[in-house]
Amino acid sequence: MIFRPGDDPKPVGPGYAAGVRASIPLCIAVAAFGVSFGVLARKNGFGAVAPIVMSMTTFTGASQFATVSILGDGGSLGAAVVAALLLASRYVPIGLSVAPSLKGSRPERFVASQLVIDESWAVANRGDGTVDRATLVGAGIALYVSWLVGTVIGVFGGDVLGDPQDFGLDAAFPALFFVLLVSQLKSRQAIAAAVGGAVIAISLVPVSKAGVPIVAASFACLFGWWRK
Amino acid sequence: MSDTWLAVFIVGAGAMAFKASGPVVIGRRELPTSALKLVSALAPALLAAFVVTGTFSSGRDVVLDARALGLAAAAICVMLRAPLLAGVIAAAAVTAFARAI
Repeated sequence: MIFRPGDDPKPVGPGYAAGVRASIPLCIAVAAFGVSFGVLARKNGFGAVAPIVMSMTTFTGASQFATVSILGDGGSLGAAVVAALLLASRYVPIGLSVAPSLKGSRPERFVASQLVIDESWAVANRGDGTVDRATLVGAGIALYVSWLVGTVIGVFGGDVLGDPQDFGLDAAFPALFFVLLVSQLKSRQAIAAAVGGAVIAISLVPVSKAGVPIVAASFACLFGWWRK
Repeated sequence: MSDTWLAVFIVGAGAMAFKASGPVVIGRRELPTSALKLVSALAPALLAAFVVTGTFSSGRDVVLDARALGLAAAAICVMLRAPLLAGVIAAAAVTAFARAI
């Protein structure tokens, strides 16, 4: 692997290939969850084509799981859409943090922005408020392909592969975010934001809809902002 | 149009719009220093939120389960300055093992 937490100055060397390499362990986990998404969607009456189209266009697991679970449990279209969009709304602040680092024309930036998911953004983050564009795009493409391939496998008979939770793959994502978080805690402001974000998120879990805790946590970036 | 396809269409369009809003609207303009400082603190705030919700929540419940052991394994890897991949694999392996026993 190419970086150790605490190494300076950048967590990941730049380049598309570096982005792909950095995302490989996550691609395995993401593909496995793509399989479970495909299985769940098929089981909940989404057919074969709709889940694949959803993975191609929406490309954010939490929102997709929310949609198929709520509709599958007999929930209304409105409830499913609101929950899914709340979960996806974290991409507004994430998109803001990525915007200054993206180059190219408006269509090029649009394409790159669609490759931003939690994992590609986290891997490409330099820790100073900017992301490495090539790493973001490399990791984003690798994760996109993994998610799509996983979905297709799940839709066409992934029942045989077992539950990703049996392999502890759901714990891989918070572990990734934790390791990347540690590498970013280099200033008082960053530590204040991290503590604030964690406290806000966990306190809102019992009292709000899925997705709200994460979006609310983004306001923790104000903590320590006024201090030099 | 069925509810399934309406949901696929609306959620897809919404997610694409959310992702594109920053990069397409703000574009390449340089943010002022104060705004950049704010944006640089977004990453630790959001990463910390992902860590706690991904580890300690299940639906609306705050829980302590096998994932906490996985996170502890990742923390030990960080203290030993092990590579990123080792931390991620250790977390998954420890969580899977704790669930199996």
